[in-house]
Amino acid sequence: MSETLLEVKNLKKFFHTKKGLLKAVNNVSFAIPRGETLGIVGESGCGKTTTGRAAIRLVEATEGEILFEGKNIRTLNHKGLLDIRKNMQIIFQDPFASLNPRQALNEIIGEPLEIYKIGSKAEREERVASLMELVGLSPRLMNAYPHELDGGRRQRIGVARALCLNPKFIVCDEPVSALDVSIQAQILNLIQDLQDKLGLTYMFISHDLSVVKHLSDRVAVMYLGKIVEITRSSQIFKSPLHPYTQALLSAIPIPKVNIKRERIILEGDVPSPVNPPDGCIFAGRCRHVMPKCREKAPALKQVSPGHEVKCYLHHDESAEA
Amino acid sequence: MSHTIIAPPAGTAAATASPVKKRSQLAEVWRRLVRNKMAMFGLVVISLIIAAAITADWISPYDYRTQDLNAISQKPNAQHILGTDDLGRDILSRIIHGTRISLLVGFVSVSISVAVGGGLGAVSGYYGGTLDNVIMRFMDVLLAIPSILLAIAIVSAFGGGIINVMIAVGISSVPSYARIVKASVISIKENEFIEAARAIGASDFRIVTKHILPNAMAPIIVQATLGVAGAILSAAGLSFIGMGIQPPTPEWGAMLSNGRHIIRTAWHVATFPGLAIMLTIFALNLLGDGLRDALDPRLKN
Repeated sequence: MSETLLEVKNLKKFFHTKKGLLKAVNNVSFAIPRGETLGIVGESGCGKTTTGRAAIRLVEATEGEILFEGKNIRTLNHKGLLDIRKNMQIIFQDPFASLNPRQALNEIIGEPLEIYKIGSKAEREERVASLMELVGLSPRLMNAYPHELDGGRRQRIGVARALCLNPKFIVCDEPVSALDVSIQAQILNLIQDLQDKLGLTYMFISHDLSVVKHLSDRVAVMYLGKIVEITRSSQIFKSPLHPYTQALLSAIPIPKVNIKRERIILEGDVPSPVNPPDGCIFAGRCRHVMPKCREKAPALKQVSPGHEVKCYLHHDESAEA
Repeated sequence: MSHTIIAPPAGTAAATASPVKKRSQLAEVWRRLVRNKMAMFGLVVISLIIAAAITADWISPYDYRTQDLNAISQKPNAQHILGTDDLGRDILSRIIHGTRISLLVGFVSVSISVAVGGGLGAVSGYYGGTLDNVIMRFMDVLLAIPSILLAIAIVSAFGGGIINVMIAVGISSVPSYARIVKASVISIKENEFIEAARAIGASDFRIVTKHILPNAMAPIIVQATLGVAGAILSAAGLSFIGMGIQPPTPEWGAMLSNGRHIIRTAWHVATFPGLAIMLTIFALNLLGDGLRDALDPRLKN
């Protein structure tokens, strides 16, 4: 396995709300090796987007360390952050909201070059043209405005902008969930091809497991601001261990008739992240809940090489006691 | 991975090599504005008034200061199309020269309020928090004073004269621009493209000037167009009560005030400057309404 590009240690992000402290991301740790993709899945409000934004300091984390190539980027000052921004970019969910409607495409894609004062005007234009070709857009659209394009083409613009400064790491924040299914595959293939071509490292956030399966090397399942299970992508679909992961997987529709399968229906609602319950955060909805689950939260523990689960069911009893 | 990057399906007719024409949103707005007949009428009238202001020295039939004491308070006739005032000055020439003052006061004072109010509103909306509170509470204080009263207070403190009138009228409408800009900035800064700009390392200044303000232009332009009308009216009002531009400068409000003493014997002295004010403000309001419609993306196509 190659070296680690990004490592997040004990990341916390709390928001002050009227109801109290909202723990959007609560003690999340993971590492992404260079050239790999970490998928992050979870339902709405589980903190996956906040995790992604905090990892590239678009949102200031409350606590924790973010090591990019071994350097803690949380302690960087303004100038240091500007330098590191070249290496970490983000692709947004909504291609309609993430492009400035008053800028032509070449201004949108080339803006990073302008900010970092790279190249002359002609060189920038050349770079924009090659980027547009790279993401499968005709450079003749350079002077068009975002409102003249469809969703898929707009998302390609978002990808081109993220690639402009040759980043090493890109956070893909649900890049296809706002697109038509027919366009989704195109964009996913584009994202994957770019990884092969440019050796990119991704953090791929999605609520759609099949999309994550398509792209990720490893998958982290988040629930209520915490990672409950993290393992290799193939493993999580073959043998999911955490009851929440099992429930999530059983919700994937299977395009076949007359197929019998066990559907795990979760009962109750996600507890409020403002006052998370004591003990295991999933205890209230878990089929296998045990008395000790409600008392003390299990830790994220390795159960087999590269497979970590936050559940007593799979923890060694003797070690637990 | 063997699949190649799937190019989006090529466009139908436009797929040939010709680059897409740069058709900015401004061109779109213009296209929609042209279709609005009332707005175009307003624009034509404003253009004529601006043309009159520029060419005033050539097109006015008489000098605006020359008093012809043999022709005092003449009704409109062949020599003096709009008649003469109580000092025998040609009213048409004075109205034509008055466009300079009115437009100058209108545009300069609106520029002052847009620059000051817009700047304060942008800062307040973008940073929020204590700074926002301090600025907006100060604006509330200004807003609590009727703007014409505020203008009167400023002019009486610093004296009349065209510069002071422009400043007074400008300052008195700062709060409304601050509020409008602040409201748009708040809604625009929530957009993802602002976050995208931050992700590519854009500074706060760049984000505000390049990403937020261009998207906040629509309400500002509309308010400014209507504001010019208001500013002309305020300046005329100040002159009418004798606190604004001093004679012999031909200012519409002052001319109106001048004619009010003799309105029973010579109605035209007060009427024509009044009509000039009315026509200008009417045209500006039509243009402003038309711009509001043209800039509203919901009415697109």
